[in-house]
Amino acid sequence: MQVKTNILNLPTEEFVHSGTRACAGCGLAIAYRVGLKAFGKDTILIVPPSCLTVLQGLFPIASTKLPCLNVTFASTAAAATGILAALKVNRKEHIRVAAWAGDGGTSDIGLQALSGAAERGDHFVYLCYDNEGYMNTGVQRSGTTPLGAITANTPFKGKLQPKKDVAAIMAAHKLSYVAACSAAYPLDLYDKIRRCMDLPGVKYLHIHVPCPPGWGYDPRYGIKIGRLAVETGYYDLHEIINGEFRLTAASEKLLEKRKLVPVREYFRAQSRFKLLTDAQIEEIQKHIDAKWEGYYKKED
Amino acid sequence: MHVIENGNVAAALGVKLCRAGVIAAYPITPQTPVTEKLSEYVESGELQAQYIPVESEHSALAVCIAASSAGARVFTATSANGLLYKHEQVQWAAGARLPIVMAVVNRAVGAPWNVWNDQQDSISQRDTGWIQIYCADHQQILDSVIKAYWLAEKASLPIMVCYDGYILSHTYMPFDLPEQEKVDAFLPPYRPDYALDPDQPANLNTVTLPDVRMDVRGELAHGYMEIRCLLHEDMRKFLQTVAEAEERFSRIFGRSENPYLEPYRCDDADHIAVGLGSITYQLRVCVDALRSEGVKVGVMGVRLYRPFPDRAIAEALKGKKRVMVFEKALSYGYEGALYSDLKSALYEHLAGTGSLPAVQNFIAGIGGRDIRTQELTDALRFAAQGHTAPEPVWIGLKL
Repeated sequence: MQVKTNILNLPTEEFVHSGTRACAGCGLAIAYRVGLKAFGKDTILIVPPSCLTVLQGLFPIASTKLPCLNVTFASTAAAATGILAALKVNRKEHIRVAAWAGDGGTSDIGLQALSGAAERGDHFVYLCYDNEGYMNTGVQRSGTTPLGAITANTPFKGKLQPKKDVAAIMAAHKLSYVAACSAAYPLDLYDKIRRCMDLPGVKYLHIHVPCPPGWGYDPRYGIKIGRLAVETGYYDLHEIINGEFRLTAASEKLLEKRKLVPVREYFRAQSRFKLLTDAQIEEIQKHIDAKWEGYYKKED
Repeated sequence: MHVIENGNVAAALGVKLCRAGVIAAYPITPQTPVTEKLSEYVESGELQAQYIPVESEHSALAVCIAASSAGARVFTATSANGLLYKHEQVQWAAGARLPIVMAVVNRAVGAPWNVWNDQQDSISQRDTGWIQIYCADHQQILDSVIKAYWLAEKASLPIMVCYDGYILSHTYMPFDLPEQEKVDAFLPPYRPDYALDPDQPANLNTVTLPDVRMDVRGELAHGYMEIRCLLHEDMRKFLQTVAEAEERFSRIFGRSENPYLEPYRCDDADHIAVGLGSITYQLRVCVDALRSEGVKVGVMGVRLYRPFPDRAIAEALKGKKRVMVFEKALSYGYEGALYSDLKSALYEHLAGTGSLPAVQNFIAGIGGRDIRTQELTDALRFAAQGHTAPEPVWIGLKL
């Protein structure tokens, strides 16, 4: 039985100061706060330009209590490799390295460096916080923007292509650990980081983070929307340990319940999906149902 | 100890003697043998270092930037399009004030593809905030690498050690290989003022505003402009630091050179040819030939291109009749970059003194075009005779 952290035994020590520059209701702010608790003090962070750069504050004030190296957009994973190499040379291998990049910085411009580090087997945790677009630059489409979403550069038709499955790409690198998490389930994220952080090679965590300005909803509904993505079976919390796939947390519970919330509820709660027609939503619903039928069959 | 090796091995030996801790590189001709040799040293245990075979040139410098930020002495090497692909990281390393040493084995840039030598690659990185040292032989390559680490760490500035592809990288010549003890005496272990450390957390290279800003204690911190001005000022101060390094080097190794310029038969010369790298040694042959004809000509290699030793150059050229600048690169749409810089230095220091020499620019050896000594001599004679051309003259061009 795997350890499950609850709100009562979650460490109280904070590594992110209160009063960051994150937007109200930012999913990343939750994931980052809880994620850093999982890593603890002896950690060096790598951050490429992204919403997190803004969240961390403007020189000379920083919102993070851990050492952090800001790096160029395409170089996150390679920079993590560099830190590890220096720690090895300086005999400080007890210090962990955690790279936190956005979805554009991971699925698009950072994919080459991430793939390289994964192939080399460098020992660090890579976290992609996925708000499904270039939100920091004003909501442009990224590789992980879902089908149908309106963005600043898919303004009238919505995105015409489906979301890139980065977790699957990383799983194809035969990593020791790949997981999909959500800011709406921070304790699941916490446990996953704790489980993987000392495994060998690159560990890849994909984190779905609701984004009020980018997705178009009232900031107070961020957690609700994050949960809807999971409860509808649209986004699945899972982990792949040495190639073994399993659903976790709320997605695991859906296996028992065998009843998904209609995905329409997820789409209709966000203005970015307003161009999706009922027929398109029906089509997506069919895909989700078929995917879950596969999960049920595997379970039976 | 005297050895006979190629220029790439000279660079690799320098890196080994300096005990670099992290080496990252991506293959590109003609740089590749440097890092192949270093991988041999690391795998055989001759060099205790981390060798990272990265998946791109951009990542090679990413590894160096991060490892240097975490307190390791680092090295990478590159050429041509590899350097261009690194360009974003080149700028970043300078802005972050990291003492990275990078060998640039000079090669032409595409398009069209060309693997042969010119210097367009490193010259195109002139304005990035890196120190640029140019070498004309293997001893200079080896010594420059050793000096570069001391200088980079002293000044918190990254350094490119540039040498011509093939002409130096793949040719063999004898050079003195110093003992490890001497290098250790010259270059202490790398102890940065700050390295990433959980016990002293800092957020490096974070977003910095156009104007100054109070920190949490109420002290005023630099804005972006102050940080960038300090980068420039420290590069200018480097002109003194390099002399200090030379003095230290000569004390320990028993040999010294002029760190800015390398003059040959300049003292009594009426005309001076100027260039970067190996072409200046070829020009010595031309100078000797012209001297035997009675033409009083000399040649001056520019060793340090950034920061530009403008005062030393103006002093060296003061009162000369003509200066001919030979370049393997140019600023397209105008003229050679060294030529522009040199004219600027002459104007700055000699305007109105009556000792301003006439100047002429020559472009040679682009994309590895063979530079024939006879053509070079003819060009030099042409200029020495007082002929001028309004545009750069291309030597050996067949248009």
